[in-house]
Amino acid sequence: MSCCGTGAGYDEIDEVSRLVSRKLAGFLRTLRDNGFAVGFAEGRDAAALMASGYAQKPGLLRSAFKHLFSARKSDWEKFDGLFDAFWLNKRVRSRSLTMGTAKAANSPSMKSLQDKSAERGASQSATDQVPSPADAPEGSGGEGRMEGASRADNLAEVDFRRIADPEQLEQAHAAAARLAKAMRTRLTRRDLARRSGYRLDLRRTIHRNISHGGVPIALVKRQRKDKPLRLVVLLDASGSMSLYTGVFLRFIHGVLDEFREAEAFLFHTRLAYVSDAMKEKDAGRALDRLSLLAQGAGGGTKIGESLQTFNRWHAARVIHSRTCVMIVSDGYETGDAALLGREMAALARRCRRIVWLNPMMAWQGYAPEAKGIKAALPHVDLYAPANTLASLAALEPYLARL
Amino acid sequence: MKDRDEIAKRLAACGYIADSELATAVSLMQRLRRPLLLEGEAGVGKTEVAKALASIHATELIRLQCYEGLDQSSALYEWNYQRQLLAIQAHHGGDADAIEDKIFSEKYLLERPLLAAIRRAEPPVLLIDEIDRADDEFEAFLLELLSDFQVSIPELGTIKAVTIPHVVLTSNGTRELSDALRRRCLYHYVDFPDVDREARIIMARIDGASASLAVQIAQMVQSIRKEELRKVPGVAETLDWAAALVGLDIRDLHDDPEAVQETLMCLLKTQEDKVRMTRDVTARLLGKVA
Repeated sequence: MSCCGTGAGYDEIDEVSRLVSRKLAGFLRTLRDNGFAVGFAEGRDAAALMASGYAQKPGLLRSAFKHLFSARKSDWEKFDGLFDAFWLNKRVRSRSLTMGTAKAANSPSMKSLQDKSAERGASQSATDQVPSPADAPEGSGGEGRMEGASRADNLAEVDFRRIADPEQLEQAHAAAARLAKAMRTRLTRRDLARRSGYRLDLRRTIHRNISHGGVPIALVKRQRKDKPLRLVVLLDASGSMSLYTGVFLRFIHGVLDEFREAEAFLFHTRLAYVSDAMKEKDAGRALDRLSLLAQGAGGGTKIGESLQTFNRWHAARVIHSRTCVMIVSDGYETGDAALLGREMAALARRCRRIVWLNPMMAWQGYAPEAKGIKAALPHVDLYAPANTLASLAALEPYLARL
Repeated sequence: MKDRDEIAKRLAACGYIADSELATAVSLMQRLRRPLLLEGEAGVGKTEVAKALASIHATELIRLQCYEGLDQSSALYEWNYQRQLLAIQAHHGGDADAIEDKIFSEKYLLERPLLAAIRRAEPPVLLIDEIDRADDEFEAFLLELLSDFQVSIPELGTIKAVTIPHVVLTSNGTRELSDALRRRCLYHYVDFPDVDREARIIMARIDGASASLAVQIAQMVQSIRKEELRKVPGVAETLDWAAALVGLDIRDLHDDPEAVQETLMCLLKTQEDKVRMTRDVTARLLGKVA
């Protein structure tokens, strides 16, 4: 049925095309705008379907198109709304906005992140680059104006929150990105170094022994391929962390760019998956896209709830046996600390290591007394400060051993 | 569309209660000759779709279970090296070319699922189960196979598909699949069935389950799924539970709350979940059941 069926379909397309093809093309564009990966082949199949009777009932056409055009669950869920809006002129309840909508980009919450990243596009005003007094605590002035050959080294030891000069801030960001890159190459190389076979590979054994007349003298073993280390970063973007988020976002951007396998999430009162947005090559654009995803930052931090969301919806997909979860947070939990403890335990069962980076740890007189961090610490494998570039770099040997 | 209703009817006849969207997917599969990618949580009956498909086409089901490290030699073909070695020894001193032709012939070829699927006279259903467990490399290879339906074996030459199999892929989402593979396939998200459909599934699968009990079970399972559990019970678990209740000769869930509590182990598969579903919780959920 299928081959002659499609043949007839293509003939009919000619008749129908004048009426429908323009509308269909419009629909394909709408889908693409909404993040569907629709290619030429799908468009052709859709036209064939419309010509062969599927267009008689809207419900049927919707169902057929849904299967054809969706590629993942998120597509599947928003498809009906898009279809109805386009073909039936119904208003969609939860409107799927196209990426890059101007209104959302003005979200004040994430603006603070962008400011600190100092990676502004030309369209944004230069004043944003000047840090507000809150960003530059007392005593920062001297370091900010250091010049000369030793500058980079010096920067490595300076607490991120004390870097005030936008130029230096930019340097710190670039250094964080470079560091991520360097970590990646070194980790991979160490990965390759240890390998030993455990299973006999007959195909290769015979090939190797052709010179012995097929008598297997030298055996070839098969070896299991090592999984590359996957890094999953959960970054706290709440108000209390605002002095550090900029640098860490750049670090994460570098990590995602360079690691073969890495995923990133952002959380404050809820969790947002940001890997796709961060994969944008240009760091400034990546942060712009982030602002869409992380609306509502600036309130409290619900680490426990965010972790719960992570464990329930994302963990199965992003965590495998060689995964290191890196949580960057100050541990000031405004939600339920007991929940945080439970979810940390669940997370610890799943992944290889949990690294908790707390930029406040290096502050003088800081002790982990917040309820949240107390509940989480028993499940953390490495609890380290990460307030300077040097302390970030110190992580690398640890990760390489995993 | 006639063939859609027909497909739904035939699926129901072989014990798979499909929603109308799945029936559309199956009819599209035949019309467009695209593989069908099924995603959904564990236990919603993805693998069952392939089995039902095989039975409505009255054809063979060839299953390839994916796992980490799955390679071509266990998915496509492999030479039977032991027999080849024996043959070489047995014909020692014979004509080298003749021996070579002999040991690289059909007789020494071990067919694995993918090769088997394209060499059947009748198109079989090829189920590629849990594709997300296989490596990226295998996925790329599969993509090639699914678009050309031909395989080249260096020693034998290219083998073209005799018939195009009905391909069903399933994924649990433990790894993100490539966009190329997703685009190549029709996509269907299999969700947990609603109360009505789950009740019909119970009635179709469990002998002796009355309509009222089936609805009660379905309602109960539905509300258990809404609890915060680590492992959400799937349709298979529902069927186990229904079978247990029918086996205990329970006609109405309200008659014997004790038995309900005790048989909940059919649904709850971790210690944590068992602890969470206390008698009070069960009683509360039972209260909502009609």
